[in-house]
Amino acid sequence: MDFGLTAEHEMAQKMVRDFAQKEVAPSIREWDQKQEMAPEILPRMAELGILGICLPVRYGGQGMDFISLGLACEELEAVDSTLRVIMSVHVGLSALTLLQWGTDAQKEQFLIPLAKGEKIGCGAFTEPGMGSDVANIQTTAKKDGSDYVLNGEKMWISLASKADYALLTARTDFEPERPSDALSSFVIDLKSKGVTTGDIKGKLGVRAGSTGWISLQDVRVPSDSLVGEEGEGFKITMSGFDSGRYTVAAGATGLIRACLEASVAYANERKAFGRSIADHQLVQAKIAQMAQDYEIGKLLYFKAGWQKNAGERNTFETSMAKQFATNASFNAASEAIAVHGGYGYSDEYPVERYLRNSRGAMIYEGTNEIHSLIQAGYALGTRKDRPLRLEMPGYDANFWQSEQS
Amino acid sequence: MIIVYIDHFDGRAIPASWETLGVGESLAEAIGSDTKAVVLGTGVEAIAQEALDFGAGEALLADEPMFEDFRPEVYAEALTQIVKDNDPEIVLFPTTSRSRELAGMLAVDLDTGLSPDIVDYELDGTVIVATRPIYAGKLLIKEINQAKRPQVLTTRSRAFPTPEKGAAAAGAVTRVELELGEPVTEVHGYKESAGGVTLADAAVIVSGGRGTSNNPALEPPAEITDEKEQEIWRAQQGFKLIGELAMVLGAAVGASRAAVDAGYIPYSNQVGQTGKVVSPDLYIACGISGAIQHLAGMRTAKTIVAINKDSDAPIFKLARFGVVGDLYDIVPALTEALGEKLGKG
Amino acid sequence: MNIIVCVKQTPDTAATLAVVDGKASWGNAPLVLNPWDEYAVEQALVTKEAEGGQVTALCLGPETAEEALKQALAMGCDEAVLIQDPAFESADSLVASRVLAAAIKKLESVDLAFFGKAAVDTDLGVTGPQVARRLGWPSLNLVAAISELDATAKTITVERLLEEGRQVVSGPLPAVVSVVKEINEPRYPSFMGIRKASKAEIPRWSAADIGLDGEIHPALTWPEILVPEKGGDEVEFIEGGDPAEIAGKLADRLIEEKVI
Repeated sequence: MDFGLTAEHEMAQKMVRDFAQKEVAPSIREWDQKQEMAPEILPRMAELGILGICLPVRYGGQGMDFISLGLACEELEAVDSTLRVIMSVHVGLSALTLLQWGTDAQKEQFLIPLAKGEKIGCGAFTEPGMGSDVANIQTTAKKDGSDYVLNGEKMWISLASKADYALLTARTDFEPERPSDALSSFVIDLKSKGVTTGDIKGKLGVRAGSTGWISLQDVRVPSDSLVGEEGEGFKITMSGFDSGRYTVAAGATGLIRACLEASVAYANERKAFGRSIADHQLVQAKIAQMAQDYEIGKLLYFKAGWQKNAGERNTFETSMAKQFATNASFNAASEAIAVHGGYGYSDEYPVERYLRNSRGAMIYEGTNEIHSLIQAGYALGTRKDRPLRLEMPGYDANFWQSEQS
Repeated sequence: MIIVYIDHFDGRAIPASWETLGVGESLAEAIGSDTKAVVLGTGVEAIAQEALDFGAGEALLADEPMFEDFRPEVYAEALTQIVKDNDPEIVLFPTTSRSRELAGMLAVDLDTGLSPDIVDYELDGTVIVATRPIYAGKLLIKEINQAKRPQVLTTRSRAFPTPEKGAAAAGAVTRVELELGEPVTEVHGYKESAGGVTLADAAVIVSGGRGTSNNPALEPPAEITDEKEQEIWRAQQGFKLIGELAMVLGAAVGASRAAVDAGYIPYSNQVGQTGKVVSPDLYIACGISGAIQHLAGMRTAKTIVAINKDSDAPIFKLARFGVVGDLYDIVPALTEALGEKLGKG
Repeated sequence: MNIIVCVKQTPDTAATLAVVDGKASWGNAPLVLNPWDEYAVEQALVTKEAEGGQVTALCLGPETAEEALKQALAMGCDEAVLIQDPAFESADSLVASRVLAAAIKKLESVDLAFFGKAAVDTDLGVTGPQVARRLGWPSLNLVAAISELDATAKTITVERLLEEGRQVVSGPLPAVVSVVKEINEPRYPSFMGIRKASKAEIPRWSAADIGLDGEIHPALTWPEILVPEKGGDEVEFIEGGDPAEIAGKLADRLIEEKVI
């Protein structure tokens, strides 16, 4: 079993790290305080190809594999979670969903600009009245001639006010045979008439980002906005989460590493009772836990990434990776604050931002609690993976890297 | 015999050249030899004479119109001829942008080794065991050129003392005639270097903290009535003094977070945890208490000087030199003293 | 234009250096493309983009140095060559400049050779000029800007960063240009470049390949590496009767201790 990363992986990881450390890290504290996203972030990530890192070249992407996506997320979140949130929604929830479920025409029209970063995508599932209970989505999409007319509200949508497109789930069947057949997925142009968006301020964390709401009032969209078939919305949303959650898992692993590095640096500088606090065992215990959790986080997301490369279903593994890493990053941040003492409680040091950022990831992309239920289902045998009509393709270097044949 | 190259610009010798000459003279004494200074330039006879004043046994002067602007291939050709004609045991240069390159080319012409930027040396007979910094000074390496001759080295500025002037004064200036080829490059003058020193690159930083506003005796102008504004005005007077000291030292101006947060100076000057991390050779902290987050940003400075009214300020634990005093008194006095001693009036 | 850039692999500048078994040790810190050489690679690529042609990266180093060449390829260099031979193991600048000059000669019809200002491990800062001297080419050292480049007329004008200001110099091509960091901002490698680089087969040249199979000895030997002494732990308080006296004493001490 080769646990090594290839030279390609390492160079890609270094490139994303250098970008995030040199261009974002120096001013991230200010943007976090302003509760705004620095305007150059999205264009720069687009320019560098990061927004299309794991999409095939023929669809405007950079042709790298799913492990590279994970590594990029690790490096981005090590600087700030908001950078990785961009990847989760733009790449995970929207671009990869189109790769898996989109028609050729939809790939041409939407996926290519997304992969090139010319357009920005987001995922719109959550509503003011529902989060975990996906089957209970209330936003409606009523067939009218050859169009659909959408009405409803989406809430807690990352990049709502910045995105051009949304991968959106709405109710199309009002008397379904089974509840899970009621929903359908759409790719919506957020500039359509009837769509308004706004930002949500006052969040505990991910403040240097963009989280908002989308309101749909009689939004008319053509029938080729439908992604997949009518009634497949629940399955498509869930499979989108397999991509999104993976990025969260990798990112949270990077956050653990950031907490570890901050704690090691501070512990080596600060003295108490005549020695560096790094010499005190209870401080050492915290650092050891962070180091261990970082390693575990990596192994879990590497495995999920490897499965994605192999074209294997990975809902269970991705769920474990996401739940583990997000919980561990919250603990790591809390302990990092402890290591920093009073200074950890102030924004002079980044660890308080790490804590505030980490808590959100335990809620979005499947709450902690939902993930426990998912995993229990697999472990008890009550949850089985059924084949999907369209599976996410495994990574094939030839297909991913060559231009249109 | 030991040859010492004297670097100069705009009619004045680079002072580090005299330190190099001092090294040459010490070596000459130790191995029972003599020193010859070499001056290449246009209208530089006075520099050749100055070399004699600093104790060179002889000064070899090549004064040609072709030498008006430093061009490495021209100077290298001339120097190689002079060195071949004189067959020295050792050739020394100060480390400047010009002479480092020149030393490199000479070493190639004579097929010998080069030890650039030495900070110390020992002698093993006539063989120099040179010590020079590597890895940006994190380590030191000893180097020996056992067999090839001459031994060619450049000396780091301020690593060696300047000899006394008027010490020997017995030698003479000898004009050297050279056969030189046509130069291939042309110099078109000089442009001003853009901007001041940036914090990240500065070899010397003078930094101010909360203490810059602490001068109750200072009366702000009548128009400034708001207390906070008065405090900022006072701090800016303090930073003016810091700026003047920085000018004399060719230094960048830094600030602690406390000073930036209080509005005394822009964030771009901040040194510390959330500002820039700096590693200068010299860091002068004025009115800075030395809280850990500021220290994190400057603790890799080679030498720290602290000026603070409070003798218990934590910064004194990190500083090499400390003055317990008011920066409003000490800083301008230091500016004056250094200006005098460094010849920068 | 046929453009060369000479690069080296060095430890990361953030590494903690120690002396282990008489050798410099950087622990687990990674080996990287010498930071000054990133600027040289960037300038080579900028020149190629403006004038057309190709860029070849050359490196004298051990097996691991291949990674530095891959980084150069990933940034956009077209070709790379690793010069490797046991004879070159303890190269000083005399040997390094000889090897690189021989390699450049082997490549023929080279118009420009870029170097970084210095390697961050050996801190010599003379390799570019020494190679120029061996090739008989103009040495344009400490270049902060290329103001003009005429590939047809074969002339180049640069601004060199000296202590006293920027010297404007022109000369003929081919030339050696050693750059400082003021010249540009190195690009990140693209993902496509990363893929190409990781697949690249980098040829090795031995001493014989570059016509140096005779005796090649460095002029220097290195008997010892040491860690510099840290200053004393105790602060030295400077005292006096009045600020002028204190300042004078402090100034004297700083000058004495060669701090200024």
